[in-house]
Amino acid sequence: MSVAAKKIDPLRHEPQSHCFHCGESLAARKTLWISIREQRVAVCCEGCSAAATLVAGLGLDDFYRFRTSVSATPTPTREAWLAYDNDEVLNSVSHVEGDKRVVVLLIDGLTCAACGWLVSQALLRCAGVNAASVNAATGRAKVTWDPARMKLSQLLCIIDELGFAPHFVTADAIEHQAQQERRSLLKRLAVAGLGMMQVMMFAIALYAGDFQGMEANIRDYLRIVSLLVTTPVLLYAGAPFFANAYKALRARSISMDVPVSLGLTLAFTASVINTWRHSGAVYFDSVVMFIFFLTVARFVEMIARHANTSVTDALGRLLPVIAHRVVDNAHEDVAVASLRIGDRLLVRVGEVVPADAVICAGETRMDESLLTGESVPVTRSAGQCVTAGTVNLDSPVTIEVSAVGAATVLAGVVALLNRAQAERPAITRDADRMASRFLWRVLFGAAAVGIAWTIIEPSRAFAAMLAVLVVACPCAFSLATLVVVASTTTALAKRGVLVTHADAIETLAKVTQVVFDKTGTLTHGSLHIHHCEPGDGISADECMAIAAALERHSEHPIARAFGAAGASHAATDVRVVAGKGIEGTVEGTRYRLGTAAFIGEMIALPTTQNDAGIVLADAHRQLCRFEIGDTLRAEAPDTINRLQRFGLHTELLSGDARDAAANIAEACGIRIFSARQSPQQKLERVRSLIQAGECVAMVGDGINDAPVLGGASVSIAMSRGSPLAMASADLILLNDSIARLPEIFILAHRARRIMKQNLFWAAAYNLSAMPLAALGLIPPWLAAIGMSLSSILVVLNALRMMRSPSSNSSLMPERATAVSMQTQAWILPTSAGHV
Amino acid sequence: MSILFIMIPITLLLVACACGAFFWAVGAGQFEELETSAWEILIDDPSEQTAATQASEQP
Repeated sequence: MSVAAKKIDPLRHEPQSHCFHCGESLAARKTLWISIREQRVAVCCEGCSAAATLVAGLGLDDFYRFRTSVSATPTPTREAWLAYDNDEVLNSVSHVEGDKRVVVLLIDGLTCAACGWLVSQALLRCAGVNAASVNAATGRAKVTWDPARMKLSQLLCIIDELGFAPHFVTADAIEHQAQQERRSLLKRLAVAGLGMMQVMMFAIALYAGDFQGMEANIRDYLRIVSLLVTTPVLLYAGAPFFANAYKALRARSISMDVPVSLGLTLAFTASVINTWRHSGAVYFDSVVMFIFFLTVARFVEMIARHANTSVTDALGRLLPVIAHRVVDNAHEDVAVASLRIGDRLLVRVGEVVPADAVICAGETRMDESLLTGESVPVTRSAGQCVTAGTVNLDSPVTIEVSAVGAATVLAGVVALLNRAQAERPAITRDADRMASRFLWRVLFGAAAVGIAWTIIEPSRAFAAMLAVLVVACPCAFSLATLVVVASTTTALAKRGVLVTHADAIETLAKVTQVVFDKTGTLTHGSLHIHHCEPGDGISADECMAIAAALERHSEHPIARAFGAAGASHAATDVRVVAGKGIEGTVEGTRYRLGTAAFIGEMIALPTTQNDAGIVLADAHRQLCRFEIGDTLRAEAPDTINRLQRFGLHTELLSGDARDAAANIAEACGIRIFSARQSPQQKLERVRSLIQAGECVAMVGDGINDAPVLGGASVSIAMSRGSPLAMASADLILLNDSIARLPEIFILAHRARRIMKQNLFWAAAYNLSAMPLAALGLIPPWLAAIGMSLSSILVVLNALRMMRSPSSNSSLMPERATAVSMQTQAWILPTSAGHV
Repeated sequence: MSILFIMIPITLLLVACACGAFFWAVGAGQFEELETSAWEILIDDPSEQTAATQASEQP
């Protein structure tokens, strides 16, 4: 309950200052009042009003008590969803099951478990929905509905009205496969674990019997029971080992599964024969213990592997689902999936371009930051190309589609990223080669021991050979690094860092060079007012307040820069001139805020006027000039300094202009920098560094960084960055601050030290026990116990990573502790995925 | 010691039941996502009285 107690109950706290639904400040906004549970609450817009009313109307207002983060401001697009009632589109996004239809949706905005609950409950209350399950961890909802009673558009509308953005999942096969693997491994783990407990109990009785004497019938009974329990464990939980060993042998190679399967088969067969003959030794305990520990190791490894969200998901979020096709001077809403080359589309202000296209009519400024990392919008006019994923900022344009789907520039970046990722696991291949050499030696060693003992004393040959196989099991070896990775991952999650690739931690400790992207990484990545130059007789604060009052009526990204400046004034009679500026009356005076050209239409400006920035003026004179741009993160210089003191080289790779890059590099104390870098050039630069023997950590955030993030030795992405960048990163900084970087490296070094200790111990155990086993001094049961003990020691040592004092508990919300490796999907925010 | 001949089969039966229950739980998707279920217990059942909701505008 402690967690719930910490939540602010909006029904009890003054709901007047902020929007009840989305938490937006209500000062100087048109406020709407609605009543929920007989209480009047204030909301900021029609969207929030509709969402809150819907939630309360369904009796689900508990959502507001239990959500752990405020919701996004809903912007429902009811008509747009109607395009999904088209049969062709319906078939492309859903499938039929009996007389019902099933659709899998990827839902953006599921920021906490309460959101998942809200969506599933709201859907289940609709007549026509048969089943709805929402997985907040992966952000997926599976809905089964009756198409005769409800339309898909209605279903999408409900999710949309609640303030979440539904997307259609394009690569659900991957997720389905992951789910199957997770389920089957969980079952195997349970069977192996329960079986092991039973067999170990019988084994202890049998060992006691060996020393103290035991009636023969009881002994045989216990052996038969052990056999009964071991058989399903071996056949069910052990099946993957045999399957993998068979696969490896058929491919004429060797994997760890080969000696494992061999050992299991030999031990089991010998035990069965000895049980049958009522004499000799049985090894059922060794068999089940072996299977259990190996299954645990595989389970840990699988969790780490699944933590990586699929790239295709990210692509699905970036593009809109609806486009407006222009037909005979009217337009109709169509699904983006059904677009064809040559279609004419209307792209309204604030919408994402759904496909690569050429502008036919209109001129506008486009935000291409997702693709280029450039935060300053670019002007595009008729005849020029626009790429899928860019945002239309100023005025509606008509475009003609030139490429769709896989042919788009965006898809090209994704392909580049896939290649970069595929080329990386060189380290893994090395490890595989070494392991296979080691395994051959184990097999030959065991055979040699067997032959030698057959010559010396045939009765002990089998036990000795088995002991060698068990002792040589690289169990502690495989656990040595895996558990350290798992515990370090948890330790990092507590500090707001999510690890998505298991091998990243090992690599982090070897890093010699840290390469930074500029926009969004060292800087905030959004527009800020960094210089305010007021005229005579007016204060900067006053100018800011007037400008903020005017800009509150604009949806332009520049308006957001003014959002932080208080809201003491309200503007009336406001006129927005697209691409130029805004005009309105504040406190009885008419003001204009916009480009120098826009102001110039009203009053004469000094000719020496610097063209950059925007100007505030009244009917008589220029009042103030604002310079707007991206600002450096406050923590950047100190972080870089600490990294450099840590002995790491730093470098800046920016897609931006040379001056901007140089300024930032100087401010941070980075000596080496390159400007105007394309994604390809960035990737080449990092590759050349790697070829020169450096181990490179790349820190970035944009789509343009995605390939270079994939190509670096280890990569770190900002959580506010593009989903694509995060999908390709090894680590994600959840609190959107680079201040944690030095600590990450310190933790990685500690993790590496513990890994080395573990590997040393595992090697020491194997090397000292192997000759003893070969000499026949270790019976198989002792070998199995030794193997388990060495594994447990390794695990305990790894857990030291978690015990370290957490230097931070306030920066991350309480859910940080619950952030498990799988829950990555719901922290991926979306910037352009909304329709 | 002959009690073992009864007790052990009973344990094995219980283990088989436990395994069956776990298999069912995995198949029913109970281990897919462990977050939401933890929250559901804190959330009351839908309130009986339908909250009267009216949107009214206030300048």
